[in-house]
Amino acid sequence: MSNDVFALSGRFDVAIIGAGIVGCALARRFALEGASVAIIDKASDILDGASKGNSAILHTGFDAPVGSLEQACIAAGYAEYLEIHGRLGLPLIKSGALVIAWSEEEKALLPSLMEQARQNGVADVEPLGEAAMRRAEPGLGAGARAAFRVPREYLIDPWSAPFAYLLQAIENGAQVLRGAEVTGGRRDGIDWSLETSRGTVQAGLVINAAGLWGDLLDEKLIGRRDFHMKPRKGQFVVYDKPAAQLASHILLPVPNKITKGVVVCRTAFGNLLVGPTAEDQDDREHATLVPETLEALKKRGEEILPALRDHQVSAIYAGLRPATEFKDYCIKAHDKSYITVGGIRSTGLSAALGIAQHVLKLAALDLTKPADPAWPVVSNISEYFPRDWQSEGHGGIVCHCEMTTRREVLAALDGPLPARSLAGLKRRTRVTMGRCQGFFCSAELARLTEGHFDRPMAEKA
Amino acid sequence: MNLPLETDVLVIGAGPAGLAAATILARTARVLVVEREAVAGGIPRHCGHYPFGIREFHRLMKGPDYARALVKRAQEAGVQIANGVNVVRLEPGPRVTVTCDAGVSEIRARFVLLSTGVRESSRAQRLIGGEKPGGILPTGALQGLVYLEGKRPFRRPVILGTELVSFSAIMTCRHAGIEPVAMIEPNPQTTARWPAALFPRLNGIALHLSTSIRSIEGRERVERIVIDGPSGTRSIETDGVIISGKFRPEAALLDGSHLAKDAATGGPVIDSVGRCSDPAYFAAGNLLRPVETAGWSWAEGIAVAKSIRAALAGSLGQDTTHPVTLTGDALAWVMPQRVAEADERAHTCLQLRVNRPAKGRIVARAGGAEYASQKIDSRPERRITLPLPPRGAPVEIMLEEQ
Repeated sequence: MSNDVFALSGRFDVAIIGAGIVGCALARRFALEGASVAIIDKASDILDGASKGNSAILHTGFDAPVGSLEQACIAAGYAEYLEIHGRLGLPLIKSGALVIAWSEEEKALLPSLMEQARQNGVADVEPLGEAAMRRAEPGLGAGARAAFRVPREYLIDPWSAPFAYLLQAIENGAQVLRGAEVTGGRRDGIDWSLETSRGTVQAGLVINAAGLWGDLLDEKLIGRRDFHMKPRKGQFVVYDKPAAQLASHILLPVPNKITKGVVVCRTAFGNLLVGPTAEDQDDREHATLVPETLEALKKRGEEILPALRDHQVSAIYAGLRPATEFKDYCIKAHDKSYITVGGIRSTGLSAALGIAQHVLKLAALDLTKPADPAWPVVSNISEYFPRDWQSEGHGGIVCHCEMTTRREVLAALDGPLPARSLAGLKRRTRVTMGRCQGFFCSAELARLTEGHFDRPMAEKA
Repeated sequence: MNLPLETDVLVIGAGPAGLAAATILARTARVLVVEREAVAGGIPRHCGHYPFGIREFHRLMKGPDYARALVKRAQEAGVQIANGVNVVRLEPGPRVTVTCDAGVSEIRARFVLLSTGVRESSRAQRLIGGEKPGGILPTGALQGLVYLEGKRPFRRPVILGTELVSFSAIMTCRHAGIEPVAMIEPNPQTTARWPAALFPRLNGIALHLSTSIRSIEGRERVERIVIDGPSGTRSIETDGVIISGKFRPEAALLDGSHLAKDAATGGPVIDSVGRCSDPAYFAAGNLLRPVETAGWSWAEGIAVAKSIRAALAGSLGQDTTHPVTLTGDALAWVMPQRVAEADERAHTCLQLRVNRPAKGRIVARAGGAEYASQKIDSRPERRITLPLPPRGAPVEIMLEEQ
């Protein structure tokens, strides 16, 4: 019962452009409020832009600018994630974070950062002297001076969460149109007619959640832009699973004005990641990995956790944050029929549910909540909770490194939101994301996915 | 098939080493082989070319025929092979936890043989820059696509590496009508021996030595690569990248187990009898080191099986072992990593590799006294062997470079 259609007909209360983390959370919120929702993305699968590469942390917002919209959305999004994750089957790894000073100058900044945290409602921060810090994280390098603990910074699965949001939207009536680029649109009286590469979509309210393309989309649809995209690239190095034993907390640096800096933390999938960098660029599409930068990240990782030297890299990736010339989010209702949700930089995963609450208020639609909304449960792919391979009837293992079962792969190719690219299948199931990067399972995957992807993994020889 | 709860010998991995050992052991013991793939036979299963089988079957065979012959011989000897079974945990006992379609279960055995083989290093492990489009594959994945599935993932790829497996990649491409456009080697010479250096030219494939891949470009599919070489930086139009060689033992099971791992080989620490740090666990084949031929791994399986047979009979010597150490920064690894006091030996030699081209004399000392030496002129990935010491004693191996 695939929800995937080649065109949408009828009129929608809300059309969301962009199926990234923010778009998925918006679709969920509006569908749960009783709106008829269409969500449109130009890529062949969801989460294909900025949302495909982040650091997979659920932030409290302790270091967000006090009084900012970003801080408010993170706090609200964080609270809602905690409330709903169990019902949707989403993991939460209660790691906590340490903000670590690596110089006397940074150490001098810790008290003001803790004060900022308290002002942001994160009252449980706790200063740690060097001895206490090393008891909390015995693997830290010699340069660490002092730290404070942020107990409620957690690790989550960055893809299953938005996937679950959109799945819940679909099960509550939302429609998804993938592979449809919005080429233009106009508003006749009450409703918008959005022209897409897959036909016209009629909607009362248009929400621009186009991430890296948000300013250009505004220009296309409303003839103006209030911000300019300044994509900021982040490169990451991921270590193989044994390295996850080296740190239990999320290890954060003292942030500077531009970036949160290089983080070392476990992932929900049982790896250890080091990153991101923060590199401004004009290109919105290409996130290029640079060998020298990856080497530098490894070196920084080894300063933070010297034992990393003996561990193997299993993956590398780069993402683009949709930064703008403004520090805060750029969320604006231009009128009753058009809202822009732009500049959601690096905190989108934590803030998405909160952003959706905020946008719902801005929209001020007259909606009737369904009495008994559907709550789908997604299957867990986090290493820290029971996996499918631990149960019966899984059909055998396809991806031996990530222990993805045949049943999981087949399920991800089916259902209301099937994977339509290898990248989409990876994000749903972890296939080929492990240490062998497809050495063992590519051949079988090419067979299992035949007829499912827009671009097949291989052609018939 | 219902998995047994216990057996005499549990073999993990049904490639040449595991099947060879199982075949020998089945004459005197109950042997269960668990294989995580749906079909037994190991890597040769998708090497659809020669040469395999000379040592084992005294005839020239292609990989898939060779793999089938190994499986048949094992089954005829009474070996039970369970495919589609993944091992998830190794514990003292030995107790081995597995998962298969029927769910998770535990198998107890008197002895376990680890023979889980090798894989190539990935693009990520080599920190190759650029984007992550479709069409970047290790040779192993290409072989599986071509020989097991009859598929073609690209038309005009480049091949990174010049090891034996890199030439296997060329043959695999030819078989599927794929035309590689270039072969790229970071070192000044090819890694595999002459006439390999001529091979790509003979096939009309440009060979770029002293060249590295700077970046891979393309969003959905590979469109081009940028290379850095003696003539500067340039790009090559291509639709795929085969990342070949630089093998690593498939040793993830050792992580989180009680067994000692050697960071240098990437495999388990073993002694000359073939035992791991827990003497109820043995290991053989390419899990021990990167990388040897199927025939070599098969012979190791047979040799280690003899140790296991002795262990089953209670006649394997004492467990005292002595370390083997390396001096000289060009030496990458040595195995066995320990020499047993016992007279029984599975391994007939010490195996070594260099990590860069190196010339000089290798000297082996046992208990301080030189017992062997050898001139070498070697390159990474090329086999070097030295005799084991005449009796159990700490061994030091030194490379005096010219």
